[in-house]
Amino acid sequence: MRTSKKTEHYVAPFEGDVSFDELPDSEPIGRFRFSWSGWIGVTVVTFWVLIAIFGPMIAPLGENDLPFPDDYSEFQMPRPGAWLGTDESDRDVLSRLMYGAGRTIGISFAATVLAYFLGVIMGIGAAISTPRVDMIISRINDAFLSLPTIMLGLVVVAAVGSSIPVLILTAGAIYASVVFRLARALGQEIMVMDFVEAARVRGEGRWWIISREIWPNAAMPLMTDFGLRLIYVILFISSLSFLGLGVQPPQADWGSMVRENLGALSYGASVIPVLAPALAIATLTVAINLIVDDISAHSGGKLSKRL
Amino acid sequence: MTSLILKRLGIGLITVLAVSLIIFFGTKILPGDAAQIRLGQSATPENVAAFRARLGLDKPYIVQYLIWLKNFLSGDLGTSLASDVPITDLIRDRYQNTVFVSVLTAAIGVPISLGLGIMAAMYPGTLYDRFLTLISVSLVAAPEFFTATLLVLFFVFVLDVGNAIVVGSTEGKGVFELIAHFALPITTLCFVIASQLIRMSRAAVLNVMSSPYIEMAILKGVSRKRIIFRHALLNAIGPIVNVVALNLAYLVTGVIVVEVYFGYNGLATLIVQGVQTRDYVLIQGLGMIFCLTYVILMLIADIAAYASNARLRHPK
Repeated sequence: MRTSKKTEHYVAPFEGDVSFDELPDSEPIGRFRFSWSGWIGVTVVTFWVLIAIFGPMIAPLGENDLPFPDDYSEFQMPRPGAWLGTDESDRDVLSRLMYGAGRTIGISFAATVLAYFLGVIMGIGAAISTPRVDMIISRINDAFLSLPTIMLGLVVVAAVGSSIPVLILTAGAIYASVVFRLARALGQEIMVMDFVEAARVRGEGRWWIISREIWPNAAMPLMTDFGLRLIYVILFISSLSFLGLGVQPPQADWGSMVRENLGALSYGASVIPVLAPALAIATLTVAINLIVDDISAHSGGKLSKRL
Repeated sequence: MTSLILKRLGIGLITVLAVSLIIFFGTKILPGDAAQIRLGQSATPENVAAFRARLGLDKPYIVQYLIWLKNFLSGDLGTSLASDVPITDLIRDRYQNTVFVSVLTAAIGVPISLGLGIMAAMYPGTLYDRFLTLISVSLVAAPEFFTATLLVLFFVFVLDVGNAIVVGSTEGKGVFELIAHFALPITTLCFVIASQLIRMSRAAVLNVMSSPYIEMAILKGVSRKRIIFRHALLNAIGPIVNVVALNLAYLVTGVIVVEVYFGYNGLATLIVQGVQTRDYVLIQGLGMIFCLTYVILMLIADIAAYASNARLRHPK
């Protein structure tokens, strides 16, 4: 009985006698609060973002400067002047870590934004176009998705060499295919909802429907997914750099720092040059993961299930 | 069911074709002429032209592609540009290490992770469950080389055993010696797949546990063990196989990183070398092998998902 009453009110909401409490129940918009793990995530991410932005300004030395020009021993233990010791070329690990933060985080963030820009436009575009066009775009996209991302990265780097713009474009294009799938699914889900139907019947244009009806409803899940995607892009970029195919020396980047200093492990000298950048990446990605987990738990854990 | 699987196999075949197109034409936009690279700068133009004709580089791209595909299918992967050795020989010398490490990772890592995941699903919300979830959530987002570094520090500096960088030949060693030899790479990869597997297998079992027939079994008074092993687990097998296949497919990246990290010879280090020396013949051949493995594992994952879902098996 209750439902039929509701529907009756809903069909004619502009008759004048309907108050807003009688409209169909929507999710109460509770104020979102982070749990303690979420707060840890926020703190760590903020810390790294600040280092990424201000790192080159506050770093004690330049990324290729030697803290002890007279002392030619590599992998030195921490001491005043080089608080995290020196790396395989006697450079200051702390300074390189600070310079590398900007590059690792900057490249990954730019690539994720690019992936979203391409993926969302294509995905929602495919959802609202004719089934034929939709199928063609989706099939091409599936072919890209069915490749290991690292292989695509290797092929591109082999073909055009590695530079920061190439890394951003490659990672952006690769992860756009994942975003495309999510955006398309969300678009389709929302496309069949009543309010979109209503807008269409009203004769609204395609762009209006995308920007005013679909986007506001798809934004929240996409934002959470953005965090997850950022993690994968950071891992992807770092892995490429680690393989020596990402950011090229002498520029510092967390992944390439691990690679440069691998020798430290077999010499039994200071392991900080390997541990520090690896730990930096791990803390950053785990922190983002904590935030994402918190937000998706808040929105009913739907997202974590879907991924 | 059969038609669904056939359809999925068809899609798989199309995917493989698309993959071969991407790999072939992706490496074709390489600047520089393969014949020129091979013969060096001092070669006369006539020599280069003759060599191009021998490699078939003077033919149109599409003909080159078809010849390459035909050769690939008949097991001929071409000759390396960098070392002038047939790719198949390079692979024959190197594949053992990669296959050994991957197979052992699967054999050791999969059962342990599944066990842990199912245990977590048996006692959801307990301290054990929360601890395991926390660990796997942290590990899932950490890069392979971080896990590897921690393990090296632990093994080499705390336990004082093992060698950080795998060196020396593996010739003439028995299976157990080999396992000791590759202990660190295998353990690293086990951790990498475990983080995902624990989470996903736990979710798969919990998902089944929330279905009405389990509630029915609980109301009937069936013991917890029996519910898990007789009722829930049998129905969770499909999703679990799906999860296992997916994670083994993701292992491709892990294998590459771990081989470079521990510095032993394998297929992954070979393809990285190929990229560094711009040896596109090598990249094409090995790239196809890696992608094929990946596509096949994805295929198994999908078919397992179909097979386990009664609604997909009997569409209305």
